[in-house]
Amino acid sequence: MREAIRYLSRGRLVELRDVAPTEMLLDHLRLRLGRTGTKEGCGEGDCGACTVALGRLEDGRMVYEPICACIRPTATIDGCELVTIEDLAAEGALHPIQEALVRHHGAQCGFCTPGIVMSLFTLWANEGEVDREAVLDRLAGNLCRCTGYRPIVDAALEACDARADARPPVPFAARAGASAEALAALAADDDDLFLGDETRFFAAPRRMETLLALAGAFPDATLLAGATDVGLWVTKQGRDLARVIHLGRVEGLDAIEEDGDAITLGATVSLERAGHALGRLDPDVAEVFRRIGGAQVRASGTIGGNIANGSPIGDTPPMLIALDASLELVGGDRVRHVALEDFFLDYGRQDRAPGEILTRIRVPRLGPGQAFRAYKIAKRHDQDISTLLAAIRLTIADRRIVEARIAFGGMAGTPRRALGAEAALVGASLDEAASWRAALEDLRADFTPLSDLRGAADYRTEVSVALLGKALAEIAGTESGKTRIRPRREEAGR
Amino acid sequence: MSETVAPAIATAQGQAQVGRPVVHESSLRHVTGSAPYIDDLREPAGTLHVAPGWCREAARGRIRAVDLAAVRAHPGVVAVLTAADVPGINDCSPSVGGDPVFADESIRFHGQVVFAVVAETRASARAAARLARFDVEVERPAVTVADAVDRDSDVLPPYEFVKGDAEAAIAAAPHRLAESVFVGGQEHFYLETQIAFAEPLDGGEIRIVSSTQHPTEVSHVAARVLALPEAMTPCECRRMGGGFGGKESQATQWAVIAALAARLTGRPAKLRLDRDDDMIMTGKRHDMRVDWRAGFDDAGRVAAVDVCFLARCGHSADLSQGVVDRTLFHADNAYDYPAAAVRSRRLLTDTVSNTAFRGFGGPQGVAFAERLMDAIAIRLDRDPLDVRYANLYPDHDAPTHGATPYGQSVDDGVLGRLMRELERTSSYRARVEEIDAFNLTSPFLRRGIALTPVKFGISFTLMHLNQAGALVHVYADGSVAVNHGGTEMGQGLNTKILQIVADVFGLPLGRVRIAATSTAKVPNTAPTAASSGSDLNGMAALNAASAIRERLAVTAAGLLGCAVAEVRFAGGRVHGPDRSFSFADVARQAHLARVSLSATGFYATPDIVWDRAAAHGRPFFYFAQGAACAEVLLDTLTGEMRVVRVDLLHDVGRSLNPAIDLGQIEGAFIQGMGWLTSEELVFDAAGRLKTHAPSTYKIPTARDTPADFRVRLWEGGGAAAETVHHSKAVGEPPLMLALSVHSAILRALTSLAPGRLPPLDLPATPQAIVAAVRALRHPAADAGGAA
Repeated sequence: MREAIRYLSRGRLVELRDVAPTEMLLDHLRLRLGRTGTKEGCGEGDCGACTVALGRLEDGRMVYEPICACIRPTATIDGCELVTIEDLAAEGALHPIQEALVRHHGAQCGFCTPGIVMSLFTLWANEGEVDREAVLDRLAGNLCRCTGYRPIVDAALEACDARADARPPVPFAARAGASAEALAALAADDDDLFLGDETRFFAAPRRMETLLALAGAFPDATLLAGATDVGLWVTKQGRDLARVIHLGRVEGLDAIEEDGDAITLGATVSLERAGHALGRLDPDVAEVFRRIGGAQVRASGTIGGNIANGSPIGDTPPMLIALDASLELVGGDRVRHVALEDFFLDYGRQDRAPGEILTRIRVPRLGPGQAFRAYKIAKRHDQDISTLLAAIRLTIADRRIVEARIAFGGMAGTPRRALGAEAALVGASLDEAASWRAALEDLRADFTPLSDLRGAADYRTEVSVALLGKALAEIAGTESGKTRIRPRREEAGR
Repeated sequence: MSETVAPAIATAQGQAQVGRPVVHESSLRHVTGSAPYIDDLREPAGTLHVAPGWCREAARGRIRAVDLAAVRAHPGVVAVLTAADVPGINDCSPSVGGDPVFADESIRFHGQVVFAVVAETRASARAAARLARFDVEVERPAVTVADAVDRDSDVLPPYEFVKGDAEAAIAAAPHRLAESVFVGGQEHFYLETQIAFAEPLDGGEIRIVSSTQHPTEVSHVAARVLALPEAMTPCECRRMGGGFGGKESQATQWAVIAALAARLTGRPAKLRLDRDDDMIMTGKRHDMRVDWRAGFDDAGRVAAVDVCFLARCGHSADLSQGVVDRTLFHADNAYDYPAAAVRSRRLLTDTVSNTAFRGFGGPQGVAFAERLMDAIAIRLDRDPLDVRYANLYPDHDAPTHGATPYGQSVDDGVLGRLMRELERTSSYRARVEEIDAFNLTSPFLRRGIALTPVKFGISFTLMHLNQAGALVHVYADGSVAVNHGGTEMGQGLNTKILQIVADVFGLPLGRVRIAATSTAKVPNTAPTAASSGSDLNGMAALNAASAIRERLAVTAAGLLGCAVAEVRFAGGRVHGPDRSFSFADVARQAHLARVSLSATGFYATPDIVWDRAAAHGRPFFYFAQGAACAEVLLDTLTGEMRVVRVDLLHDVGRSLNPAIDLGQIEGAFIQGMGWLTSEELVFDAAGRLKTHAPSTYKIPTARDTPADFRVRLWEGGGAAAETVHHSKAVGEPPLMLALSVHSAILRALTSLAPGRLPPLDLPATPQAIVAAVRALRHPAADAGGAA
């Protein structure tokens, strides 16, 4: 058993023993290490001023992902390379992203700038074509209040376009090979990690059996995955977390398995990876994933966390319910499977026993004759919490609907199916809009939404009906250019 | 760095830097994370941390008791400050009082500070601040404009401008309209939350470092609260992580609390607000209900308007007098009303005190004027642009000029020409036709386009603020240091002043250094506000530098053996007719000759007069003007909206720095667009702000920026006024260009029910758009629209 966390920084291995589970990486950098280039803008993962990059090996390649240091417990970066704003420029030479931002006047007050540099660095550092959409996606989690973003987007595009010719500052490039080796060594570590004692601890087991034993022995411990929610308990509610079990190192829990019938995701698959995998099912799935948080939140947050925390406005559950997903839960030596829709019992209550772990999510592929649509409605397009989210899967035979699965988020205390509308749609014809009317009417009775800061009840009801109508029109053949202000990206996935 | 990114256009005219797109003086430090903000400065040993304490259970009510025992007992707590600890006056108001540093007898809004914890660590201070127990006689708060109208409570007296007999003119007009529309507030969301650091120095002096747009006021108020002379409470600010008006008056309280902590503990103290506390505890743009009536003719020409702005000021006056005055000053925007009654109430609500925000009340006035134009156009089924043209103040070269409702002749207008140019370059007319055709065949997606102007008065309407000072030193090695009274919040003021001063001496930018703004160097300054930073401080710095140059020219003339008038400063050298010396040589020789190489500069804006009691005068030195054309695509079923294309054309006179000016224009536009679309402040009935974090309060992201965004500086002519290098102020005016987005949304909605004014409030959130659609489709249920 290992009793220190280890991460790589500036080519050196850092070992930490005295780190509380509530010590966020931002405080670690600023207060302990005196590295103040990384800023705090909100302390809740919504503004991106605290963005740093975590490097890890994926299939033998170095991959850099942006994360929000403000809500990321320091102990959870075990096994990663940490890259901060101080690490990019060397000996007076700017990184190409920094250089382009200067040249394009991409900083005014400059406070968001280090975070923006780090987000764009991760875009620059990874392979793949970078177009305007990719830049906007990557910047969704970085707020700038001064520039209006145009110069930042221009700078990013220009720097990424010139990647083939650019050489990053020498020390950074020189380190890359050594960093990969060091990370490979860290990744090979099969030890469970445990800091503290039985009364207060941070545990990051490597083995599933250790996880289950810990979860069974300490059913009150906080289960932590990406910390994009739990982090806020600490930074915003001032909560202490005495016992924390981190799932991020558990072997196999981040696996993605695909077969002809389904895609099965381990619970700790990040939202970013889950979006790539599930996005292949349908472009709307990919789009909803793209709109969960910013890139930082998607890199940290996990599919299991998005489900298990039971939020009525989580974005993946309604979509996965419409897709007829099911969960695997493991407690002690008992394994059980639950349909996702049955997992959500009531507001704030899920079908998960103390000590039980959500391990896998199985998502069936769309079968022949099945069509899918999903719509997220929010005040702002990117990085906003849904006012409501509609997901619709229709099974069609001979232009008639033989089965409908319709699920909504934001319409009730849990993500829930619209059973009345579903029933009314069976038998309806895609070619007769009049045959949809009963379902659209019945949908009004399926939910009694609340009014809150994101939307009034009547707005939610009215829009839910509109979205179902839109899905029907689209599946019947209307181009999405006539039904949406941003047409569906018909090429599946990314 | 600037030389490598934007090649110098060196000329012998001494204008090498002004007018160039020089990069921001801190840009290298910004992108490397090495530009220190206050929280990044190395803390002196023993620095304490301060956190505000407040009552989460009440928005209004008498405080019976506060139990601070658990707070004091929390590990790490060194002191707990309350009103009883204030040695001087317990008030941090920028104006007429009413802003206690610590609430004493009663709570006046949800989030009002009652005490402050001083502790060894920030974590300890914040944790302890949650442990107080309050006993408050909770009363029902007045939260909204309607609540305050019902309660009939005002924080300041009503005020109005009157031009002609509006009542009679409306009655006599061929057409009349009336409406009541709500214009929302706005959170500043500067990325750096409010912060201050204070340390005790020699002889009881308390040095304050504050993220403030108004160091003088911080110093002044700290002196008042601590019962010290102002000379003992110097305040400095190197840079802010954004201000936007939110750090004009409302940075003061935090600086004063830090200063008090330093004074009482004898140790350095720092206070940085958590984001949620910042949003809950500091004021925002005033939201207003605008009740208006107007009469007009068949051509859409306004005969008269009668408008009343009901402004929600919050619990205290703060800057509301000036803010709401500026709403009235801009209720005409660019339009000549033959008769007008422009009225206001400043309503007292039990909410945080609303404050300055980029535009300072002006945007709400302009929003009304543009609403009026749209309403007239919709009623008459005319193109809104033609209605705008019909009402525009004549350009400066027209035979006659219009006069504003407050009596200022609009004799520098350029909007007729500027708007026609934008109409042409944006292909406005062709796009209108195309959009109308689209809307005829599209079931529920609708497009809209609008071209709207802005005319914004430049000068503080509180006359004494129109002054600035600067202090310039030339060192004997030829390097130059500049202090001025303005503050750098990202707007590029320091960069512009560097350019101005470098040109005076003919030096490269690298030889001139701007020091942190400090009341110890330049006293009695105005806030950096009202878009005036460069106009005022640039001129003061120019004056100071020029005074030294005159002295250096005398020295140089002696060295060069020529007449003083023949001496030129350029390219880092001082030239005579046939030879030259390096600037450093001349500086050294001047020093040896016992010539003073230090000077102060002063500037007071000329030619402005304002009699508030008579509501008459010429309060503005000039008007900044521009126009925008925006196109939107709406989903009328869900209320989702996308800004498709935006063309901006703005007059900045002869730009001191076109890159910085473009950045101001674009940034202001996007900020204004946020105000008018996705940024919504939601208070519950108990007076609690529900949108107090970026998770719930949505400013624009990169995706919201139009993919087709064409921004140009107008080249139609320089400023008529004698400003610094004939440049014009740019900070605030372009924010109001975003009203083109709102007008475009209105136009898209109008396609659903031509002839009816969509009852669309501001901001046009998806929900507000759907509500307007519903009202248009079911007119019986809708009380708004035409009267």
